Amino acid sequence: MTFLDELSRFLGSENVRAQILANLLDHCYLALLPLVFGAVLAIAAGWLGRGRRRVRGVLFVLSNLLYTIPSLALFMVIPGIIGTKFTSSANVVVGLTVYTTALLVRPVLDALDAVPPHVVASATALGYRPARRFFAVELPLAVPVLAAGVRVASVSNISLVSVGALIGTGGLGVLFTDGFQRVYFAPIVVGIVLTLLLALVVDLLLVALRRSLTPWDRAAPGKAEVSAA
Amino acid sequence: MIPELVDWVSDPANWQGTDGVPARVLQHAGYVALALLIAAAIAVPLGLFVGHTRRGAVVLVGSGNAIRALPTLGLVTFLFLLFTDSFVAALIGLVVLGVPPILAGTYAGIQAVDHDVVDAAEGMGMRGGQRLWRIEVPIALPLILGGVRNAVLQLVATAAVAAYVGLGGLGRYLFDGLANFDYGEVTAGAILTALLAVILDLVIAAVQRALVPKGVRIATAGRRAAGPAATEEVVA
Repeated sequence: MTFLDELSRFLGSENVRAQILANLLDHCYLALLPLVFGAVLAIAAGWLGRGRRRVRGVLFVLSNLLYTIPSLALFMVIPGIIGTKFTSSANVVVGLTVYTTALLVRPVLDALDAVPPHVVASATALGYRPARRFFAVELPLAVPVLAAGVRVASVSNISLVSVGALIGTGGLGVLFTDGFQRVYFAPIVVGIVLTLLLALVVDLLLVALRRSLTPWDRAAPGKAEVSAA
Repeated sequence: MIPELVDWVSDPANWQGTDGVPARVLQHAGYVALALLIAAAIAVPLGLFVGHTRRGAVVLVGSGNAIRALPTLGLVTFLFLLFTDSFVAALIGLVVLGVPPILAGTYAGIQAVDHDVVDAAEGMGMRGGQRLWRIEVPIALPLILGGVRNAVLQLVATAAVAAYVGLGGLGRYLFDGLANFDYGEVTAGAILTALLAVILDLVIAAVQRALVPKGVRIATAGRRAAGPAATEEVVA
């Protein structure tokens, strides 16, 4: 039997297709929820660490250290720290949130510190209080750098969710353990292809989101913002 | 969790023999070292070639990104079904995942070398090979080793996942522990894997410090303060 026959037989079953769709949806939320949490936490860290060298130093060392921890090990240490079950999908969400935050802290802080002082001064002179200035002026200017980091994190999250299947959570990784146990190529190939496609689609959506969040980039093409800084 | 962990760690049987911690740590580090050597032997020459001649850069960056999205578990299980040998499958998987970070680091490092410096070297009469080895490679070394560092982290993590298809190393504790409901063993294995990654990272950071020429270090110190994203602007 050729591989294509095997594949069409595997995908021919209605149950299998429903199961794959469920896995895909699980995969989406397990990868994207941490992306949102991580971005929010990194922005909070940016608010805390902006302009403070000591806090920045601590945040950098901590995020480097956390990013070093291998995914499977992190997923399995988390239950011991927060008291979840070993097979809970919360471990994957928390673990990927840790990675996303660790990845984004540095670019967010660098981007916030790169906001030109005269822009901050103008906003202050216009009567913006610190909180409003942060969200209405400094953070939007940091969006291009933040978006670049979020794109990297989304690709890595989507690829890492699969590892969660080893501790029994859902997602496309189930197709890999299933194919391995049944010595069956079709689910593994379908899982790999869907993971790559999901990463591509989410990446395109993030590019579109970034464009809609930074209309001034289109008004002044050629990176006027960067050269002004 | 903590009492089970203490039980497992304080049991002398877990520190001896082929299943013992020292043997497993060495095994895990051995897989990483072997895969790293093969990956570097492929990625460094390729990165130097593409960075130096600027040929094929688009293909290289594109395929590097695609491999980054490749799920490690899918790759490892696929290769296992293909080769039906856990060591061969895992080693090929490790090399495939180790190449892109080193390739990206080498390419970015060579590309980030200031054109004026290369022009000056050419003006002094240096040939292509001399320019590459005496100018471009030393200046690119921080970024090349940065790529190696990323590769090592990827390899330590993937070797643990590959224990699922029967590879040895520290991943054994994770899967054997889960299978036997021995959560002390799982937690100990997870902590050991994390420690190995952190220690290897520190070792490479030290190597990086020792190997990078002093002049390059001083020159890049200012740039590094601005973060990795700044390198693109430095070139421009």
